[in-house]
Amino acid sequence: MSYAKRFDGRKFEEIRKMEAKLDVIPRADGSAMFKMGDTIAFAAVYGPRSMFPRFLQNPEKGVLRCNYDMISFSVTERKKPGPTRRSTEINLVTEKALLPILDLTQFPNTVVDVFIQIIQANAGTRCAGICAASLALAHAGIPMKDLIAAVSVGKVSDKIVIDLDKKEEDHPEGATDIPLAFTGRGKQISLLQLDGDVSKDELIKAIELGKKGCEEILEVQRKALKDYFKGEAK
Amino acid sequence: MNSDYIESLIENGKRIDGRKLDEHRKIMIEQDISKNAEGSARCRMGDTEVIVGVKMDIGQPYSDSPDEGTIVVTAELNPIASPEFESGPPGTKATELARIVDRGIRESKALDFKKLCIRKGEKIWMVFIDIYAVNDGGNLIDASVLAALAALNKTKIPKVENDKVVYGEFTNKYLKLEKTPILTTCYRINGKILVDPNYKEEAVIDSRLSISIFNGRIHALQKGGDKTLSLDEIKQMIDIAIKKEKELGKYVI
Repeated sequence: MSYAKRFDGRKFEEIRKMEAKLDVIPRADGSAMFKMGDTIAFAAVYGPRSMFPRFLQNPEKGVLRCNYDMISFSVTERKKPGPTRRSTEINLVTEKALLPILDLTQFPNTVVDVFIQIIQANAGTRCAGICAASLALAHAGIPMKDLIAAVSVGKVSDKIVIDLDKKEEDHPEGATDIPLAFTGRGKQISLLQLDGDVSKDELIKAIELGKKGCEEILEVQRKALKDYFKGEAK
Repeated sequence: MNSDYIESLIENGKRIDGRKLDEHRKIMIEQDISKNAEGSARCRMGDTEVIVGVKMDIGQPYSDSPDEGTIVVTAELNPIASPEFESGPPGTKATELARIVDRGIRESKALDFKKLCIRKGEKIWMVFIDIYAVNDGGNLIDASVLAALAALNKTKIPKVENDKVVYGEFTNKYLKLEKTPILTTCYRINGKILVDPNYKEEAVIDSRLSISIFNGRIHALQKGGDKTLSLDEIKQMIDIAIKKEKELGKYVI
């Protein structure tokens, strides 16, 4: 069997419709929404602010702390509110994905808190969260060397595809999910995970596809930033 | 913002954003904001934004009400919504908020709990009403009630097979809201009574009373804040809440 046509009619190298918006949470120091198809992520940045508990402080630079949370009705079967082992791991990889572009040396002993909330989930939530967080950090004015774009690539049945949706992840012939993130100008990889079964060549092909996809995501992110700051200037 | 400044303005019947004391900020309700929830709504009250999702599951009835379904209200005041919120399990503020919303719906019999019975003594519907603060711009309580009612009023009953919910699939039947108990919280700052404070005003309140009203009748009360209220103040507050029932009720459709 072969995966000849995607369930939702997209091309294999086509990302779902994206939307990005800044300043969605006025009380935060920076915030953004990033939407990829039916997956919707909100991110808010608070800080740099005092770090508690104090033993977590770093006297050399500020600490980035990410918190990923899926709301109870973001999925079809109600998810009990609160953290899980899965969210703990996502917090970690999100921090690692974002850290390389940040310069927190000016803020010793402080923390930059990034809260990511998945409002609606249809696969690719950690990637949408990272895309939103990247924008929220820029909105908060945290010194950044670059932007980060993230997308999930993978293999559905026999095809290498970008931006898998839930139905594809659950494909009866198996699916390999590879969330990844690229820095904007540097084209360096800051997130890479894989669950499934692929050959080396397939992996390389998937990463290449992800790199191209991240270019498109970056365009959407840059436009959201420009639109917002244009509005601010008026 | 200087709290003395807020207090001195209010003493003269004025507010930092130019509103009248009994005037709510602009309210916007949006329903069906989530594809995976049975019912959902967003309420914006000025800068304040709350989203509510309704999920339904099949469970067993309590032994003292074998023919009635149940509601479970939770509120998540996560640190994404305010620099004052902290991570961790729901604190007192979130618990109080959830319980006020719960009582307004339960005590007014906004839902007919008997209609949520599937088989007496065996299977009932459990209706989960989950409140998430997106941005705490003040007065989360009133906004949460409007969002919860708007979400409930457009809740599709999920598909069931062999007494199990088929997640993600819905029937074309809706949960019916029998009543729409509107909640108005009256706050007191410096001896003056006002509604819908923004978060800067909320920081200086000395007392508050949340009043749930349907058809002019009172279904739930909750007194909050550190100071006492006089009977006369309570009367004034109830009059405001009765007046507000009509004004806010039109947002729940």
